[in-house]
Amino acid sequence: MKRLALAAVLVGLAALPLWAGGTFYINIASQILLYAVLALGINVLVGYAGLVTLGHAGLLGIAAYSAARLLTGGHGHAVAIAGALAVTMLAAALFAALALRGTGIGFVMITLAIGQIVWGVAYRWISITNGDNGISIGARPSPLGLSLASPAHFYWATLVVFLAAVGSMALLVASPFGASLRGTRDQPRRMVALGYHVWMIRFLAFLLSGFWSGVAGLLFLYYNQFVSPQAVALTASAEALLMVISGGTGTLLGPVIGAALVVAMKNVASAYIERWNFVLGAIFVAIVVFMPDGLVPGVARLWRRATARRATPSMAVAGAPGKEPGR
Amino acid sequence: MTAAPALAVQRLTKSFGGLLVTASVDLAVAPGERRLIIGPNGAGKTTLFNLVTGELRPDGGTVTLFGRDITRTPGWHRAHLGISRTYQIITLFPRETLLRNVTLSLLGRSRLRWNPIARLERQAAVLDRARAALARVGLEHLAARPLAQTSYGERRRVEIAMALAQEPHVLLLDEPFAGLSIEERRDVLRLVTAIPRDVTIVMIEHDMDVALDFAERITVLHFGQVVVEGTRSEVVAHPRTREIYLGE
Repeated sequence: MKRLALAAVLVGLAALPLWAGGTFYINIASQILLYAVLALGINVLVGYAGLVTLGHAGLLGIAAYSAARLLTGGHGHAVAIAGALAVTMLAAALFAALALRGTGIGFVMITLAIGQIVWGVAYRWISITNGDNGISIGARPSPLGLSLASPAHFYWATLVVFLAAVGSMALLVASPFGASLRGTRDQPRRMVALGYHVWMIRFLAFLLSGFWSGVAGLLFLYYNQFVSPQAVALTASAEALLMVISGGTGTLLGPVIGAALVVAMKNVASAYIERWNFVLGAIFVAIVVFMPDGLVPGVARLWRRATARRATPSMAVAGAPGKEPGR
Repeated sequence: MTAAPALAVQRLTKSFGGLLVTASVDLAVAPGERRLIIGPNGAGKTTLFNLVTGELRPDGGTVTLFGRDITRTPGWHRAHLGISRTYQIITLFPRETLLRNVTLSLLGRSRLRWNPIARLERQAAVLDRARAALARVGLEHLAARPLAQTSYGERRRVEIAMALAQEPHVLLLDEPFAGLSIEERRDVLRLVTAIPRDVTIVMIEHDMDVALDFAERITVLHFGQVVVEGTRSEVVAHPRTREIYLGE
């Protein structure tokens, strides 16, 4: 039953260019998937490690800018992608070493500061980043001879990457390392006493998070064929964080749903309502008030309550624990 | 025959601001010994544990484990050297099941904890050991229950199961009887008494009635200093003990 539903969703996603109704919607789907990859990466820290970051657009930007520079420098796509990911991982290691000097609000502030430094470099170091004008790249790559120039082809490539990201998260969550990571979120002191190197666990989580942010940065660059300081601005980091929080931190689907919500609001609602930011804000407020743990856990809870009530009224009380299991 | 003590501290000192919490404490616990540490609130008992486990860094003095200086060893590594502890204020994982709590304890001593690909559910060897550890404290039937839905006394036993699962050489029990009913105390005492002699036990406890039967040697801490130390009867008979405990 569960497998059938999963297969149906996969088929639906794969066939999306056929039923979405035009390039506009296919492009929105690509954007949702690429931001979902970023949100999944951020969720490793925010959801499973309990470390809130406001600087991950910086990592996305470092990947995008590195690849753009390598491409405009005459290198091929393979070199650009590998080089960009290597630079991003180095940057993530450096950022992690700095940010992990603190936890809680200290960690947030350091990531915020680092993100702003990246933004400052993108904006001011014109000889490298071309400043406000940004960098345009020539063309999308053609892996295995398949050109990604068309929206549908690019969507499929993004879908493959997205599924790899989701798969890696599913593995992580069920793995011993995932359990260790969640342990450091819930009881860091106890974890030290049990023999866990908490700092190293968080550092590795930061690297994993940085890797997927870098991958999202490459998708971002190839999707837009352009990168500018806007991509690494604080608002971009905050938006990505909001995707994770509104969808549900520490869940597999939450970041994906959150990314879909934010991208859809930006693109679709803005076509009808000029002040779409206002609508998005109102939605976030509603989520925080009615489903403080996010859309996915919130809807799951409502669903359980509804089904439990239908089954036996007495079970509804016993079967309604306050917190989500399996987080 | 001068075998190195299982656990020793020499001139251990720690202060918080101007408050001297551990004032040049000397302590040596022989392998296999059952040591009780008593003292009024604020005597520095838990701080002593935190210094031994590496949660706090001492301002001076040394900590040795079977003759090995571990004063500068990071806390997580001390667990691998064989120190386990339970906490006075229970710090377990409330959202996880009892089985998962004990599994986390086992993973702490296993390389498996770094594995990001394997499925924890399928690690039969670890899960079996976790179930065995729960069985040891009589909680096997509650393995699948979330910790948040268990009683205080049951959690105390989970604490002990987690500590024992790590197969420590030195076990530090921080007020294992606090907040328990008389029956629960008896259960926990039976558990602790059944721990084999290759484990050295140091216990902090307020409840003298239960703890006295358990201890072989007793150390009385007062204002961060060792005031009296000796066998059970020596310490009980000592005028300073009476003075501190009865306020004479």
